[in-house]
Amino acid sequence: MKPWRAQTAAELHLLVRNGEQLLLTMGIPVLLLVFFSVVDVLPTGEGDTIDFLLPGVLAIALMSTAMVSLGIATGFERSYGVLKRLGATPLGRPRLIAAKLACVVVVQVVQFVVLAVIAALLGWSASGLNVIALLSGFIFGTASFVGIGLFLAGTLRGEINLAAQNGLYLLMLLLSGMIIDADSMPSGLNSLATALPSGALATIMRTATGHSTSGIAAPTMVLIAWSAMALVLAGRTFSWSPSDSKR
Amino acid sequence: MVVEDLVVSYGDLRAVDHASFNAAHGEVTVILGPNGAGKTSTIEVCEGFRTATSGNVSVSGLHPLRDHAALTRKMGVMLQGGGVYPSSRVGEVVGLYVDLYDKGASADELIDRVGLGHRRSHTWKQLSGGEQQRLSLALALAAVPEVAFLDEPTAGVDVSGRQDIRRIVTDLATTGCAVVLATHELDEAERLADRIVIFHQGRVVANGTLAELRAGNDGLRFTSSPELDDTELARHLNAQVTRGPEGRFVVAADPTPSLVARLSQWLADHSLPLNDLRTSETLEAIFQRIVDSTGDGQ
Repeated sequence: MKPWRAQTAAELHLLVRNGEQLLLTMGIPVLLLVFFSVVDVLPTGEGDTIDFLLPGVLAIALMSTAMVSLGIATGFERSYGVLKRLGATPLGRPRLIAAKLACVVVVQVVQFVVLAVIAALLGWSASGLNVIALLSGFIFGTASFVGIGLFLAGTLRGEINLAAQNGLYLLMLLLSGMIIDADSMPSGLNSLATALPSGALATIMRTATGHSTSGIAAPTMVLIAWSAMALVLAGRTFSWSPSDSKR
Repeated sequence: MVVEDLVVSYGDLRAVDHASFNAAHGEVTVILGPNGAGKTSTIEVCEGFRTATSGNVSVSGLHPLRDHAALTRKMGVMLQGGGVYPSSRVGEVVGLYVDLYDKGASADELIDRVGLGHRRSHTWKQLSGGEQQRLSLALALAAVPEVAFLDEPTAGVDVSGRQDIRRIVTDLATTGCAVVLATHELDEAERLADRIVIFHQGRVVANGTLAELRAGNDGLRFTSSPELDDTELARHLNAQVTRGPEGRFVVAADPTPSLVARLSQWLADHSLPLNDLRTSETLEAIFQRIVDSTGDGQ
């Protein structure tokens, strides 16, 4: 346990010190939530703007941390030989991944709490909170995005991975109904949104925060499918160093 | 550590070609060779980072891949590229590795031992190349290793840093650790090695102690004017004199004080200079001789 605890603490330390990652994981979600709830420029459907925005921003925050932040950091660690070096210690690769996951979960919990508090200050009520939907979105959303992030980080070189993670982030942000109501998008895009992990997560989060009463079975299945696919792909293709033969 | 008939190939390129050698506890084994000779590939197989195409490797009785988890508890590693995140601070990263190995090493002592006490709060990217090498060495020492793999430990290190690293490496071997050190720096190898394994184009072309590698090649070596008449000198010394490139000469005889005196006198009588007088073959000369004898010297 000591090596795992030490590595988890080190991961959190580095994250807190890394300004770009903090901006991505905390700054952007908070800014989106506050800005679009105050400035009414988005098609948010009927009802209070904050009720529409909060689930989407929670989904964005989760995607930022589990995919982009983890993926970019892991990609650069791979380029710098950090993963290779740690692979020669008793930490071992399973515990290294467990430490990274623990760091992701801690950051996501903090994100959710901060965003919920800000949303409450902006008029959101927690009375309709659906804990099962929240846990389902949290667990399977995290698994899906961690899988995608590690797949890209473990196969692409540092800078290409950086571009790919950010590009995918932007694409999912715009196409999945996270901050733009999917019903206001063309029908083709609407269907695409429901099949994307970001769209499925946003749907689950709407139920979780009480904005919607629709069932979560279908989007949960979408997330489970993405989780399985991405994690298996990451496991099969991940190389720990750009010059490594797979061990 | 035992390496037997090791082959490492990358596609059509054979990086290591049937290499065999041993490294013993309490000794510094230097793997020597030019860039691309197969040193790093060999070490990476021993560390469990790379899969061998064929051959057998055993480190402290363990298979580097199958027993990797057990091996990591016995092995200290210094990678060529460092392997530290640029924003990690010296104190934090050494502390982390001490905790990862959990073998009772003290982070503060390790930092002081490698001479980075004044850089504790600096990040990796703020350190000079030599300081980064020192930090990498501290991470290897955090393992309190039974076997240590050090890849180019003195690359980019200044003179005083090299002395510190040499002292640490020698101390490490004194504690019973098997130190396996890869370098292409001949003088470094000559100063540190108990045993030398010379790689050339993927093959082990020599393996032994410095004395063993010099065996049969004793003699007095010196540099003088290319105008020197080696036939007359050989007659005067009653020994064979071989002319090398750039005014280098070898007298094939036991390098006694009497021989040195007669040589000096003869050079003085002929107003010829005497430089780089040595009573043994340098590692550079050994290396060149061995590579030349393989028939494909560079």
